[in-house]
Amino acid sequence: MIAEALFFSGILFAIGVIGVLTRRNAIIVFMCVELMLNAVNLSFVAFSRMHGVAGQTFVVFVMTVAAAEAAVGLAIIIAVFRHRQTVNLDRLDLLKG
Amino acid sequence: MPLFYSFHFYLFGLIAVASAIAFVTRRSPVAAALWLVITMFALAALYVMLDAHFIGVIQVLVYAGAIMVVFLFVVMLLNLGQPTELADVRSRRGRLAAGAIGVALAAQLLTVLRGRIPVLPPDPVVPANAIAPVAENLFTDNLLAFEITSILLLVAIVGAVVLAKPGRAREDASVVAGGVPGESRRGREAGA
Repeated sequence: MIAEALFFSGILFAIGVIGVLTRRNAIIVFMCVELMLNAVNLSFVAFSRMHGVAGQTFVVFVMTVAAAEAAVGLAIIIAVFRHRQTVNLDRLDLLKG
Repeated sequence: MPLFYSFHFYLFGLIAVASAIAFVTRRSPVAAALWLVITMFALAALYVMLDAHFIGVIQVLVYAGAIMVVFLFVVMLLNLGQPTELADVRSRRGRLAAGAIGVALAAQLLTVLRGRIPVLPPDPVVPANAIAPVAENLFTDNLLAFEITSILLLVAIVGAVVLAKPGRAREDASVVAGGVPGESRRGREAGA
């Protein structure tokens, strides 16, 4: 079952990448990043089935970082929306020069 | 491997992949978020089937419970629920390019995962107590990282409050209203 879990993990990660590349809504892009983190968590858990419980500890840390990232990132999105009245990533080109 | 176990493992894996595909193709942000919640529930089931019971529980509590609620909260706070307002899916050419990149990445990942990483037989001894081994590892070998995590969360809380505070943004908005919006500046540069 470990090989199958790694298979699903790779597929989910690729779907997350496709989502990041195809969407313009900042919140959906952010959710796609969360999906990619989840895919990585799945392979951590699968490897922890082989190599001991340290993989599950890593998953706990990844979830903590994901929660912090969600809080800060959504605060940034709210600030940007208040500033520009949009979350369309193609219109947030202030750093493009 | 019992057939019952294999069947449900593939079932939850397929549910996760199918709802992830539905998630990236929905136009409405609310529908997308709800499909992502289903993906996370299916992943929690996979964690439990891989003997990571504690991770399965906190997957439901933290990801599906807390993080996705925050996402939905922001979607509704910014009133982005109407899919017609934002043409947020890229053009056909962009989608094809992204799909090609995604398929190439998946092929690479699967090749690496199949060929390069030795798949050992799983540990036959499954501990009866699901949480104790995780706790032992977390609070002995990784204790320093665990403590640093609390500082990370504190920084995240302070950062989120500072960023989302309305006062500064209002000043910025007044600066933009009276000062140099991006379009006019670009026009000046083009004129020069």
